[in-house]
Amino acid sequence: MQFTGHFLSLLIFLPAVGALALLLLKGEDHLFIRQLTFAISLGEFIFSLFLLRAVPTGQPGYQLEEFARWINVPPINYHVGIDGISLFLVILTTFLTPICVLASWHGVHHRIKEFHVMLLLLEVGVVGVFVSLDLFLFFLFWEIMLIPMAFLIGIWGHDRRIYAAVKFVLYTMGGSILMLVGIVWLYNLTGTFDLPAIQQALQQGAFTLSAGQEMLLFLSFFVAFAIKVPLFPLHTWLPDAHVEAPTAGSVILAGVLLKMGTYGMIRFCLPLFPEASHRAAPYVAVLAIIGIIYGALVALVQPNLKKLVAYSSVSHLGFVVLGIFAFENISMQGAVYQMLAHGISTGALFLLVGMLYDRRHTFEISEYGGLATPMPKFAAFFLFIVLSSLGLPMLNGFVGEYLILLGTFLAHWTWSAWAATGVILSACYLLWSYQRVFFGEVTHQKNRELRDVDTRERWILVTMSVIILWMGINSPFFTRRIDASSQSVLQQMNRSAEHEAAIPTGAPQPQPAAPAPQYSVRRAVSQ
Amino acid sequence: MNPPQMADILRVLPELAWCGFGVILMLLQPFVKFRQAITFIAMIGAALGTLLTFFRIPGPGFSGLIQSDVYSLFFHWLVGLVAFLVILASDSYLERENLDAAEFYALILFATAGMGVLASAQELLTAFIGLEMSSISSYILAGYRRDSIKSTEAAVKYFLLGSFATAFFLYGIALVYGVSGSTNLQDLATANPSSMLLRLGLTLILVGLCFKVAAAPFQIWTPDVYEGAPTPVTALFAAGPKAATFALLLRIFTTIDAATSYWFWAFWILAAFTMFAGNLGAIVQTNVKRMLAYSSIAHAGYTLVAFAAVTSMKSGPDGGAAAAYAAILFYLLGYALVKVGAFTILSDLGGRGERYLTLDDFAGLGTRQPFAAAALSLFLLSLLGLPITAGFFGKFYVFKAAINSNLIWLAVIMAINSIIGAYYYLRVIVVMYMREHKGTVPADAPASLSLTSAMVVAVTTLATLYLGLFPNHVLGIVLSQNLMLSAR
Repeated sequence: MQFTGHFLSLLIFLPAVGALALLLLKGEDHLFIRQLTFAISLGEFIFSLFLLRAVPTGQPGYQLEEFARWINVPPINYHVGIDGISLFLVILTTFLTPICVLASWHGVHHRIKEFHVMLLLLEVGVVGVFVSLDLFLFFLFWEIMLIPMAFLIGIWGHDRRIYAAVKFVLYTMGGSILMLVGIVWLYNLTGTFDLPAIQQALQQGAFTLSAGQEMLLFLSFFVAFAIKVPLFPLHTWLPDAHVEAPTAGSVILAGVLLKMGTYGMIRFCLPLFPEASHRAAPYVAVLAIIGIIYGALVALVQPNLKKLVAYSSVSHLGFVVLGIFAFENISMQGAVYQMLAHGISTGALFLLVGMLYDRRHTFEISEYGGLATPMPKFAAFFLFIVLSSLGLPMLNGFVGEYLILLGTFLAHWTWSAWAATGVILSACYLLWSYQRVFFGEVTHQKNRELRDVDTRERWILVTMSVIILWMGINSPFFTRRIDASSQSVLQQMNRSAEHEAAIPTGAPQPQPAAPAPQYSVRRAVSQ
Repeated sequence: MNPPQMADILRVLPELAWCGFGVILMLLQPFVKFRQAITFIAMIGAALGTLLTFFRIPGPGFSGLIQSDVYSLFFHWLVGLVAFLVILASDSYLERENLDAAEFYALILFATAGMGVLASAQELLTAFIGLEMSSISSYILAGYRRDSIKSTEAAVKYFLLGSFATAFFLYGIALVYGVSGSTNLQDLATANPSSMLLRLGLTLILVGLCFKVAAAPFQIWTPDVYEGAPTPVTALFAAGPKAATFALLLRIFTTIDAATSYWFWAFWILAAFTMFAGNLGAIVQTNVKRMLAYSSIAHAGYTLVAFAAVTSMKSGPDGGAAAAYAAILFYLLGYALVKVGAFTILSDLGGRGERYLTLDDFAGLGTRQPFAAAALSLFLLSLLGLPITAGFFGKFYVFKAAINSNLIWLAVIMAINSIIGAYYYLRVIVVMYMREHKGTVPADAPASLSLTSAMVVAVTTLATLYLGLFPNHVLGIVLSQNLMLSAR
C-alpha cells in the first residue's frame, strides 16, 4: 500500500469547508453567495483534474490511498482510494456541481444560502461514496448524501415536492438499511470492513461462504444498489423525484446519484460475491432488459417533458446494468463509459428542460410546439444533446451503448438483441418529442416571444456540447483508463469463482455450467 | 451482616448527595425566593452526586447488597448527567407554567438517587427500594402540573399501573426467595435453573421491569403519561428511569444462570413486539410530544434486540456478549442524550400550557427558529439512526450484536422498523423545513429558545455529534474488562 498525502481527503472535504464558510457568512448578498459557491466548486473541479495524472493508465489497483484508524472496536478505518472506475465518476461529480450552480443562477429564488450549502454537502457525500474503500465508510457517505438531496427536492422543488422527497428517502433508506445488515454480516464472517482486505481474503480462500449465505449477502447489497440505479421494478421513486426536483437537483440526481448504484454493483457485488452474481445474472439481465424497453415505452407516451427524460434514464441505466452483468471486459468498460456519457447528456437534457421551465413554468409538451422559430439557438443545442442521448455515432452516447451491446453479444446474443430494441425506441421517443416541441407552427401565443439562450445559458450548453463531442471522438482517453480496473474486477470474479468451484487456476475447461473459465478465451478474441 | 465500613459509605456517596440536596432544597424553599438560586443549587446537587463517583471503590458494598463496578459507574454518570440537564432545562418551563421549583428539583434528585440504586443493586430487595424511590418520585412529577387535566390523568394512570407492575416485581422476588432462600444475585447465580418456581419468579420480575421500560405488551401507559407529564419530566422519564431499569434488567439476566439460558425467546418476542408497537403507533400521531413517546417505546424495542443477543449467548461474557453489553450501554447513552435534547426543545416550543405541539404548529419552523429546527432535526436523525450521530452507532452496535448472535431475522425486523421510523421522524423535518405555517403564528407562541434550554440543547447536540464521530472514548469505557463484577 502506498500513501500519497491527503489528496483525496482534501477533495472530499473541500466542499464541506466551503459549505461551512457559507453557513457562517452573515448577510444576504445573493450574488456573492452564488459567486463564492461557483468559485469553490470550480476550484474543486480543477483540483479533481489532477487525479488524471495521479492515476496511471493501464494499472489496476487503488491509487492515492489514505488510511487512518478511526474506531477501534470494531476496527473501522478511514480508508479511501481511487481507481480507473471511480476516477471519472469523481470528476463527473465535481464537473456537474459548478454547472448546477450556474444553472440555478436565476431559477432559485428563496433560501439561496441553504440551497448552495446543500449542493456542496451533496458533493461531499457523493465524492465520499466513490472513493471509500471501507464498507462502513462507504455506507456512511451513502447515507449522508441522502439528506441534502432530500432537502434539495423538498424545499426547492415543484408542487408535489414533499411527496417526492419523502418517497426518495424512504426507498433509498429501505435498501440501504438492508445493506447495513449485509455489511455487518460480512464483517462477522471476515472480521474486517476493509474492502481490499476482504477481496484479498476471498482470493486466497481465507474464508468461504455457503451458496445460500452468499446469495443473501449479494441480495442485501444488490437491492440497495438496484433501488438507486433504479432497476425495474424498483424505479417508481425516480420519475417523481426527477419531476419535482429543481433543475440542479435533477442534474445531480441523474448525473451522479444514479451512478452510485451501478458503481456499487461493480465495486462490491461482483468482486465480493462472484458466484452469486453469476447465478443472479440471468434474472438481473431480464430485469435490466425489461427496464430498457419499459422505460423507453413509457417515455414514448409521456406528455410531460421532464418525466420523459426521467424515464429515458431508467432505460439508459438498464443498459449499464446489462453491461455489468454480462461479465465481459468490453461491456464492463462500456458500462462505466455509459455512466459518464449518461451523466453528461441526461444532465444536459435536464438543464435544457429546466431552461424551458424557467421561461414558461410548465413541463407539458402540449404547451410547447414550434419553438425553433423563436429560439433557434436553443433548438440547435437541444437537437445536439438529443442526438447524443440517442446514441449518434461520434457523440458520447454511441460509444457506451455500442460497447455494452458488443460485449453483451459476446456472452449472450439474445440479451443484446432485446436490448438493441431500446436503442431504436430511444430514437423514437427523443426525436418525436423533439419534433413536437420544436417543429411546426407556434401553437401558443405565449411561445412567440420566448427569448433565446442568454450568455450564461450559452456557456453552460457550449461546455456540455464540447464535452459530448470530445467524449465521442476521444473515447480511448476514457476506456484506456477504465480498462485495467474493469479487467481486474472480472479477474477477481474469475479467481474467486474458480476457488469456490475448485477448478485449478489458469486451466480453462469447457464447462457449460460454470461460465467463468471462458473469459480468458473471450477476452483474447475481443481484443 | 457486618456493620457498614467507610468503603461502603463511599460506594453510595452519589445517592447520599442526591438525597441530601433534595432535602436541602425542600428546607430552603420557604426562605429562598429566587427560582434561579434554587435551580443553581439543584444543579450543584446533581453535578456533585455525579462527581462523587470518583471516590467509589470497586467491589461489593454492604455485604453484597450493592455492587460498585464500571457498569454502575457508567449508569451513575448517565442518570446524573440526565438529571443535571433536565434541571437546567426545567428552569424556563417552571417559570412559564408558574410552578414551584424546589419540590420539583427535589423530586428529580430523589428519583435520580433511586436510579443510582437501581444501577448498582446486586440484591433484589435493594433493587426494589431503588425502583420505588424512582417510581414514586416519578408519579408525583408526572402530575406536577396540577391544574392540567392531562397531567393529573398521567399521574393517576402511571401510579395505578405502576403500582400494579411493582407488585409483580415484588411477587417475583418472593417466589425467587422461596425457591432459593436468597435474594442476592450472587447466591441466585448458581440456583437450580430447571426449577419451575424460579422461572415463574423470574418471569414476574421480567414483567415488572418490562412495564418500567415500556416494553410491549406492557407499554400502554407510556403515550398518555409521556404526553401528560410536564415536558422536562418527560425528558427525564424517557432517559433516566428507562436506562436505570435496563441496567438492573441486564444485571439480573447476566448474573443469574437460570435467567440467561431460558430467556432468549422471551426477549426476542418482546423486542419484536415492542418495535412494532412503538413504530406503528408513532406513525399516526399528530402531536409531536406523543409521537416521541411512541418513539421511545420503539427504542426500548431496539435495546431489547441487544438483550436477545446477550441471552442467546450460551456461555458467559465472552467476546460476543461483551460487545452486546457495550451495544446496550452505548445505545442507552446516545438515546438518553438525544431524548433529553429533543424534549427540551419541545418544552420551549410548546409555549404556556404546552399548546403548540402539533405538527401544524411546527410548520415553517426552519425559517422562524433556525437553531431549534436544526437541533431538533439532528436529534430526529439520530433517533432514526443516520450517520455521524450517536443514534447511528448505537443502532449499528445493536445490529452487530444481533447478527453476531445469529439473530438475522430479528435484525431484519429491526431494519424494517427503522424504515417505518424513518417515515415519521422525517415527517417532522419535512414539516419544519418544507411547509409554511398556515395562517399567522400565534402571538404567544415562543419566538426562540430560552437561554437555559439553548444551553441544554447545545450540550446535547455536541454530545450527539461527538458520539457519532468519535465513539472511541465511550466505547473504551463500555468495553472495559470487568465491566460487571457480578457477572460470571
